[in-house]
Amino acid sequence: MNDTGPKSHAEIDESVTQKQELSGLQAAIRTQPFWVLISIVAIGIVMSFVSDVFMTERNLFNITRNFAFFGIMALGMSAVICTAGIDLSVGSLMGLTGIVAGLVMQAGYGIGWGFLACMSAAALVGLVNGVLIAYLRMAPFVVTLGMLAMARSIAMVVSNNKMIYNFGPDQDLFEWIGGESVLGVPNPVWVLIILTCVFWWVWRFSTWGRWVIAIGGNAQAAKLSGIPVERIVVSVYVISSLCAGLAAFLMVGWFGSVTNALGLTYELNVIAASVIGGANLMGGVVYAVGAPIGAALMELIRNSLLLAGIDALWQQFFVGLFLILAVLLEQIRNRRRN
Amino acid sequence: MSLLELQGIAKSFGAIQALQGVDLTVSAGEAVGLMGDNGAGKSTLMKIVAGNFPPTAGAIRIDGREVHFTKPIDARENGIEIVYQDLALCDNLTAAANVFLGRERKRRLGPLRYLDHKAMFRRAGELFTELKSETRPRDLVRQMSGGQRQAVAIARTRLSDPKLVLMDEPTAAISVRQVAEVLALIERLKETSHAVVLVSHRMPDVFAVCDRVAVLRRGRKVSDKAIGDTSPEEVTGLITGAIEQA
Repeated sequence: MNDTGPKSHAEIDESVTQKQELSGLQAAIRTQPFWVLISIVAIGIVMSFVSDVFMTERNLFNITRNFAFFGIMALGMSAVICTAGIDLSVGSLMGLTGIVAGLVMQAGYGIGWGFLACMSAAALVGLVNGVLIAYLRMAPFVVTLGMLAMARSIAMVVSNNKMIYNFGPDQDLFEWIGGESVLGVPNPVWVLIILTCVFWWVWRFSTWGRWVIAIGGNAQAAKLSGIPVERIVVSVYVISSLCAGLAAFLMVGWFGSVTNALGLTYELNVIAASVIGGANLMGGVVYAVGAPIGAALMELIRNSLLLAGIDALWQQFFVGLFLILAVLLEQIRNRRRN
Repeated sequence: MSLLELQGIAKSFGAIQALQGVDLTVSAGEAVGLMGDNGAGKSTLMKIVAGNFPPTAGAIRIDGREVHFTKPIDARENGIEIVYQDLALCDNLTAAANVFLGRERKRRLGPLRYLDHKAMFRRAGELFTELKSETRPRDLVRQMSGGQRQAVAIARTRLSDPKLVLMDEPTAAISVRQVAEVLALIERLKETSHAVVLVSHRMPDVFAVCDRVAVLRRGRKVSDKAIGDTSPEEVTGLITGAIEQA
């Protein structure tokens, strides 16, 4: 029998069975967003001593508004990354959907039509991405890289390379939605808060969320369990695109103008925010709170460097550093777990 | 009338004849061992019954009614559940989530439907208790021992109270103690008048729990005998081809 070994199977089984279930707080401590949140608080405390401006309402208002756009997109990106995919087209898609929204409203249509056109364009691009990836089994990296180029190009063509700053009859409302605040909180931040709650519910309580996580864990097993894997994967890319479209709609309203360069290279920031927030590129891991927390950390770094008087040219360095540290942390925790 | 009746099942992949005219019947409460060397067609036959792909020729009957499966769900809806060799579990989900994967329990709140975690944990716990397994529903599958993973895969088949459970090499990669557990699980399935088809390389396991053993060699069934009428030596001979037919 095997029981003569240094540690018998019975003992190993016993030790596995003895592992205690985790309480809510213990479980939270084991997640990446928790530790990123801790570092956000730490940086915040340090900065409140370094700079008098940091804790002012104005500065916090700016920080939260600035990261809201990335946070919204990171929520969608986290869903894509959870299926072990990637969406590189979100930055270009912002340019395209922003231009589409601008053109429709410039032509004299109301904000409702502008929003509809913006989101339809986003959904269409997401659908193309998703179908190519799920049904034709092309690599997500390649498909969305191609879409990155194509979407930007179409944005340039339809905008005729001109800036749009006239948003028709609902200009004031449009600029209010993107640029103003309710109860002292910028509107894009409200959108981020609401969407984060929605995604939290989705990941925890919806069948769709459960299936997306299952696909990320073992797509073959999900398929054998009768989950419509292809349709779910398509929907994930559509969701990511819709988040990008929504972010573009808000951002254009804030800027009060749009060019086809809107969102240039944002895909990298969004992916970084998702990964810092705990998304694992191997798939199967997702946190709703991770997206805003990851985006917040990146904006906080930018803001802190600015206020501390460090050359803004260092900003990308620190964002990159935190990205690598976040992944390293995940690796170390995984190794300890196994 | 047999629960499952396969008649003249053939399957070819291009020029390769994986199965040729295989007949097999399984009755309720009966465990049938399906043996054969690598490439003999065991897995192909299992996959046909499980609905992974249709046979090139032949008929599948369940309770005397002919069925056509095009995808795994078709087989499941006809009361056939499969434990795959690699168990087909999602490591990143809990035991209960895996048991209910693809058929989650839901509650309704107005127009909103949401996962009923409580009911799923409870039911999964009951299933593990029935199987006399120490698996806990809230544990992640990633943290589990081979025997516990096996219990999850088997518990999943019991959700719908299937008529037939197919098991593909359930004892291939687990410890001796865990093999005993899995064999006990098969006995329990038989007691509750489920039919079991056990695909295995391990002679002692088949002789321990099966009522009948069928042997495939190069896509043909070369033997189908009650356990009492054959011996491990004879089955070995049939598998290797030392004995032509029995």
